[in-house]
Amino acid sequence: MKLTLKIWRQTGPEDKGGVVTYPINDVSEDMSFLEMLDVLNEDLIAKGEEPVAFDSDCREGICGMCGVMINGEAHGPERTTTCQLHMRSFRDGDEIVIEPWRADAFPVIKDLCVDRGSLDRIIQSGGYISANTGSAPDAHATPVPKEDADRAFMAAECIGCGACVAACPNASGMLFMGAKITHLGEFPQGQPERDARVLSMTAQHDEEGFGGCTNLGECSRACPKGIPLNVISQMNGDLLRATRHQA
Amino acid sequence: MTAPLIEGLYREGEPIADTAAPKVPIETMWTQRKFDAQLVNPTNRRKLDVIIVGTGLAGASAGATLGEAGYNVKSFCYQDSPRRAHSIAAQGGINAAKNYKGDGDSIYRLFYDTTKGGDYRSRETNTYRLAEVSADIIDQCVAQGVPFAREYGGLLDNRSFGGVQVSRTFYARGQTGQQLLIGAYQALERQIGAGTVKMYARHEMLELIVVDGKARGIIARDMVSGEIQTHLADAVVLATGGYGNVYFLSTNAMGCNVTASWRAHRKGAYFANPCYTQIHPTCIPVSGDHQSKLTLMSESLRNDGRIWVPKRREDCEKDPREIPEEDRDYYLERLYPSFGNLVPRDIASRQAKNMCDEGRGVGPKVGDFRRGVYLDFKEAIGRLGEDAVRAKYGNLFDMYKQITGEDPYQVPMRIYPAVHYTMGGLWVDYDLQATIPGLFVAGEANFSDHGANRLGASALMQGLADGYFVLPNTIRDYLASGPYEPIDEQHPAVVEAQDAVEGRIATLLGINGDRTVDSFHKELGHIMWEYCGMERTEEGLRKAIDLIRSLREEFWRNVRVLGAADTLNQSLEKAGRVADFLELGELMCIDALHRRESCGGHFRAESQTEDGEALRHDDEFLYVGAWAWGGDNSEPILHKELLEYEAIELKQRSYK
Repeated sequence: MKLTLKIWRQTGPEDKGGVVTYPINDVSEDMSFLEMLDVLNEDLIAKGEEPVAFDSDCREGICGMCGVMINGEAHGPERTTTCQLHMRSFRDGDEIVIEPWRADAFPVIKDLCVDRGSLDRIIQSGGYISANTGSAPDAHATPVPKEDADRAFMAAECIGCGACVAACPNASGMLFMGAKITHLGEFPQGQPERDARVLSMTAQHDEEGFGGCTNLGECSRACPKGIPLNVISQMNGDLLRATRHQA
Repeated sequence: MTAPLIEGLYREGEPIADTAAPKVPIETMWTQRKFDAQLVNPTNRRKLDVIIVGTGLAGASAGATLGEAGYNVKSFCYQDSPRRAHSIAAQGGINAAKNYKGDGDSIYRLFYDTTKGGDYRSRETNTYRLAEVSADIIDQCVAQGVPFAREYGGLLDNRSFGGVQVSRTFYARGQTGQQLLIGAYQALERQIGAGTVKMYARHEMLELIVVDGKARGIIARDMVSGEIQTHLADAVVLATGGYGNVYFLSTNAMGCNVTASWRAHRKGAYFANPCYTQIHPTCIPVSGDHQSKLTLMSESLRNDGRIWVPKRREDCEKDPREIPEEDRDYYLERLYPSFGNLVPRDIASRQAKNMCDEGRGVGPKVGDFRRGVYLDFKEAIGRLGEDAVRAKYGNLFDMYKQITGEDPYQVPMRIYPAVHYTMGGLWVDYDLQATIPGLFVAGEANFSDHGANRLGASALMQGLADGYFVLPNTIRDYLASGPYEPIDEQHPAVVEAQDAVEGRIATLLGINGDRTVDSFHKELGHIMWEYCGMERTEEGLRKAIDLIRSLREEFWRNVRVLGAADTLNQSLEKAGRVADFLELGELMCIDALHRRESCGGHFRAESQTEDGEALRHDDEFLYVGAWAWGGDNSEPILHKELLEYEAIELKQRSYK
């Protein structure tokens, strides 16, 4: 198929940036969206133009490295990662607008690449269970009800791609943060740090410049792993609890 | 005196041996080694600097553990966050000799299965230790909150993997690698927050600094600003994964590369068994020329999926649902009745290739052949119900559907072997130390534990064993003699390393030829797959060496890398990596050529049994092939480490 791509080009963080139009032919529906961009880049290099910079790594929908806005939607029209979006989701003659994630907490590095270090810093502030290596009790010493383990797993599926932030009109990171707080909060071994975790993570979230949650639900709709909105409720519950304990 | 040139390709050097393993029975060896290793006083640890390159299971767990211990750690990864490392994509599970199922598992049995699975080409002392620490890994990960699958009683669940008759694999649906990596990543981030680890994301190691024969640092490029940085330390750890991307198409992430290992190799670290590449049997087949990578479907699918092809060639184009039971050939169940669909990966892969070579492959034609076999869940859906199958494998089925556009609940999946894991890597001793003192190599980047073939669910085990338990104990013995003499950035060895990096970048940007980096990479990959893939011949390998040499010559004359050095430049990143792959590829072919035996998945057509199975030659090849860099335009030098099996009896492998 033939497509018209409108791609955000920005040489660096200081550059103003703008949209450049590229026609592309011979796109097959079996290509992934990123393979389509690979083909475009090969053409650009042949013409002596610098290829479009974009992030990707595993291309299996699990590492979370890829992610762009496609026609205004995080990861595009299907509920999946950009690397797992295939061109069969588009029609011959389509015009496709491709932009980087949009959020103050994700500054643009170049073209479609953004800096998501803010998500790592939220984890640094408390998104873990403190367990030094080598002193753990036997794994069967603490049974975990299957329902709790399954809910923890569901929340732990977050790949940290940042689509939730990009999709949110407030650029809030609450779904990402709620997923981690829910994951660790479902386990007995996650309880000792439960209060401290939610307090420090939410403080870091605000410091990074993410917005507040206004319950629109765009984050969960855009999430390629289907993390449900109720992880935010759990986080709010934990926050309330921790604040009461503090008082 | 220079040793004679063998086959016109390499020279043979002195034998090499591991001297780090204590001379005690294998059951007490690791305990003894930990006791013998010198201690470092807690207040002295913060004076010791350790660089760790790579943040996968091995690198992140090592960084977290050394950081907790109080060492001053610098951690590097090329991705934007340590959480992206390719360990994250491992699906199926992690082995551990817990014997929670009471089905006869033990440390010795895990050791036995791993050594046999590797076709007796791994070092038994390292493999035994891997089995020994496996149980601790599960405890550690559970304590961190890794959400392993559980049974209704709240205890951990297990499943079975290829090459094994017990259920010892712990798993988190089809995302075990992700969950284990996130556990290690969180432990690492905790240390970053605490200030014991400094993280350098979007940084790539481009050179190793060796001073007075010791590894003392790295040259790294900040991939955003292009800045060339010098980082000095008392010891360097490489945990940089495998080099399967030499084949262009593989299950590895796009960025996986050999550069860190290869640069260390050129500085004196031996590269062991480079030709040992695992071809994984259950990948989604290639669909066309534009394809950038291959996607693995977890081996755990073989627990319930049945593999077949039509008995008759003329049925290959038919809808599989219309082929009746009596016209299907469940060839693994037919050929290997005791293991059936759960034979090890090398056997499953080679038989799939055989079926397709016979003209009984299915799916679209790629070239002249249909390269695919069916992995059918119809029977399992009938037996367990669709909901149960969905609970076990749901995300894998969704992934398959997303990529192929076909619904595997309705039609059988199509699978074909693909390059997956590399068992070769930098040579290390029992301490995981390379031939350069102060350089340690962990996880897939070293060669030690898997021999000629890796059993499923063992990669995650090795990465975490090395990072959490082995390396922190052995590196302290080296660090206890430090801090080593301070060096500054004007030291000739440092300046030489910096100049080498800057010179290489300038050369790549200055060639301005006609061909893209990817076009060279694809051509190299094609040569490697064709001649150094699942089946090798003397003639093919010789041809491949010639082809690679001329391709390399053309690369340095005709590659086109646009853009500048002082900015994010993805073509430049790729060009440096492909340049190193072009050197490694030749060494892989030389290694494959010299090893005139079939072992693991490395099938030498000249060495097979009467019924077409792989034939090992223990009398001639019971050694690790450790290659020293011979210099530019000089032949590599082969150092043999003889393999001694004392705790395990050497046998011809059989899964019939």
